[in-house]
Amino acid sequence: MNVKSVARTSALVVLLVIVLYPLVWMVGTSFKPQDEIMSTVSAIPKSFTPGNYPDGWTHLDVNFGRFFLNSTLVAGLVIIGNMLSCLLAAFAFARLRFPLRGLWFGLMIGTLLLPSHVLIVPQFILFKTFGWVGGPFPYTPLVLPHFLAIDAFFVFLMVQFIRGIPRELDEAAKIDGCSPYGVFRHVILPLSRPALVTTAIFSFIWTWNDFFRQLVYLSDLSKYTVPVALTQFFDSTGSNALGPMFAMSVLSLLPVFLFFLAFQRLLVQGINTSGLKG
Amino acid sequence: MTLTRTSPVAASQPEAATRRGKPKRREATAGYVFLTPWLLGLFGITAIPMLISLYLSFTNYDILTPLSEVKWIGLANYRNMFTADPSYWHAVLVTLKFALIATPLKLAAALGVALLLNRERRGTGLFRALFYLPSLLGGSVALAIVWANIFNRAGAFNAVLAIFGIPGRGWATSPEWALETLMVLGIWQFGAPMVIFLAGLKQVPTELYEAAAVDGAGPIRQFFKITLPMLSPVIFFNLVLETIHGFQGFTAAFVVSNGTGGPVDSTLMYTLYLYIRGFGNYEMGYASAMAWVFLIAVGLITVVLFATGRFWVHYSDEDER
Repeated sequence: MNVKSVARTSALVVLLVIVLYPLVWMVGTSFKPQDEIMSTVSAIPKSFTPGNYPDGWTHLDVNFGRFFLNSTLVAGLVIIGNMLSCLLAAFAFARLRFPLRGLWFGLMIGTLLLPSHVLIVPQFILFKTFGWVGGPFPYTPLVLPHFLAIDAFFVFLMVQFIRGIPRELDEAAKIDGCSPYGVFRHVILPLSRPALVTTAIFSFIWTWNDFFRQLVYLSDLSKYTVPVALTQFFDSTGSNALGPMFAMSVLSLLPVFLFFLAFQRLLVQGINTSGLKG
Repeated sequence: MTLTRTSPVAASQPEAATRRGKPKRREATAGYVFLTPWLLGLFGITAIPMLISLYLSFTNYDILTPLSEVKWIGLANYRNMFTADPSYWHAVLVTLKFALIATPLKLAAALGVALLLNRERRGTGLFRALFYLPSLLGGSVALAIVWANIFNRAGAFNAVLAIFGIPGRGWATSPEWALETLMVLGIWQFGAPMVIFLAGLKQVPTELYEAAAVDGAGPIRQFFKITLPMLSPVIFFNLVLETIHGFQGFTAAFVVSNGTGGPVDSTLMYTLYLYIRGFGNYEMGYASAMAWVFLIAVGLITVVLFATGRFWVHYSDEDER
C-alpha cells in the first residue's frame, strides 16, 4: 500500500514538472540576453539580464504601460457589464413568472454553445455602421455586448446560484411589502455575492486573454490591448528582440497569475458548478 | 440582510389572497424589465446579426463597397468554397484533425491525472491548482509565443530529444508537425476538464468499490465496471464542451503561423481562415458563408454527440425509476 502511494505521488510530481516546465522556461528565458536565447535552451539564465524588461516596456512606439491601461479598462468595463446584466437576466429566469419564459430560457441555453466566431462578421459590420469601430473610444464593440448579457455562461451560472437561495427569503420579503424589484435589491443582490465574484474573476481572465475580438476591432497602436501589442514584436522586428518579447509575455500573464493565486479555490469551485472553461 | 422572518400564517391572510391577480401581472412586467438587457442582446447582437450574415453569405459584400452596391450572387460563395478553394478544404481538414485528435487526448490526460489525484491524500488541493494553471494561461498570445519558441529548431524540446539521441527539427515551422505542436498546446490545458472529472469522481459512492472488491474485482475491472459508467455523464459533458472548444482554436494558430495559417496551410484552423478572408481580404460575403457552414457543422456534431450519448452515458437516477 505504501509503495503504491509513493509511486502515485512520484508520478504526479513528474507530471507536474513536465506541465509547469514551459512556464518556468518562459520566465527564465525572459532574463536571458539575445545570444543566449539563440544558443542555449536551459531554463536558468547564465548571464542574468533583467534589462529585457525595461527594453520590452519601451520597445514599441507606444510604451507597454499604455497597453496595460487599455487592457485594464476593457476588462474592468466587461466585468461591470457582465455582473450587472447577467444577474438581472438570471433573477428573471430563476425567480419570476412571465409569459414565454420557457422559450427565452431555451434560447439562452442555445446560445451557450453558439461559437462566437460565427457572429464576428455581421457584428463588425453592425458596429462599423454605427461608427463604433476605431475613433477615440474603439472599445465599444468589445464592451457593449457584455452590458447586454451576451455571456450566457454567466447567466446560467447565476440562475443555478439563485435557485440555491431559499425561496422563503423571497416570500418573507414579499410579505414585508417588497415588490419583485425590492426582492432583487434586498434579497438576491446581497446574497449573490459569491456568484458575482466568480463572474468577475472569469470575466477578467477571459477578457485579458481574449485576442480574436481585440485583433478585429483595434487598429490604432495607441489603442492596442496587451495581447494585440504582443503580436507586434514578431511583426516588426523578426527575431532580434526575443528577450524583450519574453519579458513582456511574462508581464502580460502576471495579472492572470495573481488572480489565480488569490482566487484559486473560487476558480476551481466555479468550473465545478457550471463547467466554465479557463 | 435587514429582513425579519414572518410567520407562515401571514401568507394566508385574506388581504394577500384577494390581491392575487395584480401581483401576478406585476411580476410578469418585472420579468420583462429584468430581461430587457438580455433580450436587447439576443436580438441586437445575436439574432439579427445572424440573419444579416445569412443574407450577406449570398452576396459579394466587402466592407469597402457601400451597402447599396451589394450584389446578390446566389450560392456562388458556397459553390466557390466547396469546389474552387483548396485552402477551404485544408482549413476543414486541419480543424477536424485538431478537434478529433487533440480533444480525446486532452480528456484522457484529464481523466488519468484526475484518477491519480483522487487517491492522493496529501496536497491534493495544491496539485489540483497547479495542474489547472495552464488552462488559465494557455489561451493567451504570450503562451503561444512561448510554444512557438519551445518547439523551434533551437528550442527546448529538441534539447530534450537530443538527450535520447533523437534528431530535432523546427517543429512549429515544419508543415508535417506544426499542427501537432498546436495539439500539444491544447492537451497541455487539460486542467479544466480534470477539475470537473475530480468533482465527478467524488460523487461515485465508495460502497460500490467495496462491494466489487468483496466480489473479487481487481482495480482494472473496477475502473471499467464502476468508474467509467458512473463518470459517463461527466465525460459526456467534457466531451461536448471540449469538442466545440477545439473547433474554435484561433490564437495559437495565428501566433505560431504569424497570421498566415502556414506553413503550407498546415495550421489553417477554420476560424483563422475565416479571419483571413473576412478581415484580411475584406471578403465579408465569403466569410459569412464560411461562418454559416461552421455553425451548421458544429450544430450537427453536437447533435451527433447527443445522439450517441444515449448509448453510453449512464445516469444513475434511471435505475431508481
